[in-house]
Amino acid sequence: MNVHEYQGKEILKKYGVPVPAGRVATTPAEAEAIAKELGGGTVVVKAQIHAGGRGKGGGVMIAKNPAEAKAAAEKILGMQLVTHQTGPGGKEVHRVLVEAGCNIARELYLGVTMDRATEKIVVMACAEGGVEIEEIAARTPEKILKVFVDPLLGMQPFQARQLAFGLGLGKDLVKKAVPAILALYRAFVENDGSMAEINPLVITKEGDVLALDAKMNFDGNALYRHPAVAAMRDESEEDPQELEASKHDLSYVSLDGNIGCMVNGAGLAMATMDLIKQQGGEPANFLDVGGGADQARVATAFKLILADKNVRAILVNIFGGILRCDIIAGGIVAAAREVNLALPLVVRLRGTNEEEGRQILAESGLQIMAASGMADAAEKVVQSVQ
Amino acid sequence: MSILVNKETRVICQGITGSQGLFHSQKSIEYGTKVVGGVTPGKGGTKIEGLPVFDTVKQAAAEVKPDASVIFVPPPLAPDAIIEAADAGVALIVCITEGIPALDMLRVKRYLRTTGSRLIGPNCPGIITPLECRIGIMPASIFSPGRVGVVSKSGTLTYETVGQLSARKIGQSTCVGIGGDPVIGSTFIDMLTLFEADRDTDVVVMIGEIGGTAEEEAAAFVKGHMKKPVVGFIAGQTAPKGKRMGHAGAIIAGGKGTASEKIAAMKAAGITVSPSPAEIGETVASVLGKS
Repeated sequence: MNVHEYQGKEILKKYGVPVPAGRVATTPAEAEAIAKELGGGTVVVKAQIHAGGRGKGGGVMIAKNPAEAKAAAEKILGMQLVTHQTGPGGKEVHRVLVEAGCNIARELYLGVTMDRATEKIVVMACAEGGVEIEEIAARTPEKILKVFVDPLLGMQPFQARQLAFGLGLGKDLVKKAVPAILALYRAFVENDGSMAEINPLVITKEGDVLALDAKMNFDGNALYRHPAVAAMRDESEEDPQELEASKHDLSYVSLDGNIGCMVNGAGLAMATMDLIKQQGGEPANFLDVGGGADQARVATAFKLILADKNVRAILVNIFGGILRCDIIAGGIVAAAREVNLALPLVVRLRGTNEEEGRQILAESGLQIMAASGMADAAEKVVQSVQ
Repeated sequence: MSILVNKETRVICQGITGSQGLFHSQKSIEYGTKVVGGVTPGKGGTKIEGLPVFDTVKQAAAEVKPDASVIFVPPPLAPDAIIEAADAGVALIVCITEGIPALDMLRVKRYLRTTGSRLIGPNCPGIITPLECRIGIMPASIFSPGRVGVVSKSGTLTYETVGQLSARKIGQSTCVGIGGDPVIGSTFIDMLTLFEADRDTDVVVMIGEIGGTAEEEAAAFVKGHMKKPVVGFIAGQTAPKGKRMGHAGAIIAGGKGTASEKIAAMKAAGITVSPSPAEIGETVASVLGKS
């Protein structure tokens, strides 16, 4: 789960990472008031959306006084902000963060994530902050300093010192950077982060360390024990269909094609998409109905697929183990009747109770193309949209 | 012979009084698996379906001497259950539970390295040695005994593969679902090592998916350490970057973990890669024909 920059900063601040003074605003008047609270001097007004590249897209403005802050908020609030991460449609801005400006001397990068290869937590730092870290990682990986933290021991002070000295900070700055690095680590681990990034972490001309940006991402499986983090979820940032799916425990991802897919199991669902593409078709979605689906959930999944107006045909591919084919068939029939399905529907059922399942489909009177195998199913559905 | 489990394997179930634990324990017993008891804290001393229930794994270990434990408890309790089984000295732990936080699994796995226990999963369908032992949730009817080993991150893709094999009268030695989470107890390499040493396995099928680098590491292992032929498939060739495809581990992040990288690594290691998920059985048949 993603959170906004201002929410990430709230969390970091709680753990002792220094962040600029500031607050979030939803109206220009509020932005002006916050700028006054901050002393009336220069502030930065930053659009709060779940995407990077906000500055280049025009979502970050510097204001010299509260009146300018108000004007900046007027421009940014309500705009469709387009960045390299939002897609061409952009995202509507509902909030701005108004923060005290600072005098930047150096920009650094600091990040924490889980390293699957070593099965440790990796804390990374780079002397070249403020830019896309992936670019640096690809071009000059040696510039990214890494320490690997034993998950049972936690991050040790020497590891933070290794990073701080490695960044070339003098001994006075190291004293300020080490607690910030350890605090970032704790904020990550104690909230079950999957990624936490401060880019840039700045050194000010006054010699302070400050997190100028914050990007945090949390493990959805652990939200049950972090209600404060869970409450930060901004549903308006999510794809409406993916959101609806998640409410029904369905795993759904929107894609650009026109063939709707309903499959059980993530691996089989991906493989089904691959086959459709091999046959020259384009999947409209990834959808895993899961192992414990009942008739109602199957019907919900079906309606979810149909809510995508690009969908021209539907492929159901089920290999029932725990999930019984007769239950799937019943769900399909119920949903197809309910929505008066007019699109071509190809169904491939295998596994537990497959005969009963096929019989239910055959006796339903619905126009359903039965398929014997995966390849046959993909071929039929792709033909039906051509 | 086979790997991990056979008709002698004594199995207990942690969470046996829950609906899933009970249902699948019954299915495993019907299949001929030696299920010898279960554990549910607070229900020790009772019996369920004629099986003794214990309060702790330690008691179960002392009384019924299990070789393996299968875990069907909810995600918040599962890390504790895995550690409890390892602490009691159970050699093989199979965790079916889906949705365990990743950082919990890092700690669990770090602890397991100090024990002699092997963990399969979590978020996996389990293990089956056809007609001998079923641990987990796999649909028993599709499996048939034979000499092809199967190791997979995905449950239903395992069934699909086995369905294609059994339809061609190609039986399986053992099938293992290792799970699709970012941190799993046993890797492809762990299973490939066992299959390579198993006298009753001739060919191994390895089913991977996007995300992480486990398939690339496995490919390097195959090249350096395996004489038996390996057939591979990678799901997610058309998956977009940055989108999680169901499994917590199945995500192309930072440009890493794409299907094309994995397929290239597998081909370079001499693995015969099935061009499509519908042709895995056919690919195995052709490899068997050649060898």
